[in-house]
Amino acid sequence: MDLGPHAAFIIASYAIVTIVMVGLVAWLILDGRRQQRILDDLEARGVHRRSRGADVAR
Amino acid sequence: MKTTAQTLANPTRFMSLSGNLLPWVSGAAIVVLAYGLYLAFFSAPPDYQQGQTVKIMFVHVPSAWLAMGVYLLVAISSFGLLVFRHPLADVSAKAAVPIGAAFTFLALVTGALWGRPMWGAYWVWDARLTSVLILFFLYLGLMALRSSLDDETLAAKLTAILALVGVVLLPVIKFSVDWWNTLHQPASVLKIGGPAIHSSILTPLLVMAVGFGLAFLAMHLMAMRNEILRRRARALTLSHVSRADAGTAAAAKG
Repeated sequence: MDLGPHAAFIIASYAIVTIVMVGLVAWLILDGRRQQRILDDLEARGVHRRSRGADVAR
Repeated sequence: MKTTAQTLANPTRFMSLSGNLLPWVSGAAIVVLAYGLYLAFFSAPPDYQQGQTVKIMFVHVPSAWLAMGVYLLVAISSFGLLVFRHPLADVSAKAAVPIGAAFTFLALVTGALWGRPMWGAYWVWDARLTSVLILFFLYLGLMALRSSLDDETLAAKLTAILALVGVVLLPVIKFSVDWWNTLHQPASVLKIGGPAIHSSILTPLLVMAVGFGLAFLAMHLMAMRNEILRRRARALTLSHVSRADAGTAAAAKG
């Protein structure tokens, strides 16, 4: 595929979009795992949400 | 009978629904983006004036639409917090801001990379580019304001007020190309009289826009879920600490 004389600008545009979007998704996945780990640690120490029983019942 | 908004107002219900929805939205985003990229690189012809650089439009324009659309969502969520005190409104606003900032950054950078070969300059201080740069700073300002306050309730309210004040920027961005003499081209898709782009280029653009929209929806759901978990962990930690303090005080009395 010939991207013409300005290929570098086209490739750079798609590269930066890919980097930022993949980076965002990676950050969200890692942050989610971190929050879940913190909650699991708290529950392992016997700290529970009062509504947890109600959640399970739902 | 509960409305959909009232049903979703329960964070636990939202976690359940979003957990079921997220894999489908993510999968749809990947499929649509892959199809959009195929159309962009193997179907769309070079533009008669811009040549192959028109391909930059397929990522620049969806990023720019999302930059504004996400801000509108932040403003609506902020309104929901201030007026209706919807429990998920602040979660939605807080989760959307960094993603909106990222898409605004992408609109600015891809615009600069498109501008250099077409205009001969990466940047000009014209009304459209400058107003989008201000939008980017507004997103950063919302993040900075929220993180500068320890009181989460106060931070949410002040951030919501700033977000609502900043919404005035959206029509300025949209109509800047009509109100002022700018280097940036006027609207060619969302305009009265219909799009001024040939369907061979418009179709990949719209497919990429749908793909970007789905990607944003998936990321926003993920960010909202993370924020709900963060708030749960914080609430648990605070209640645990206060119970421990009460126990220590009771032991000291005894």
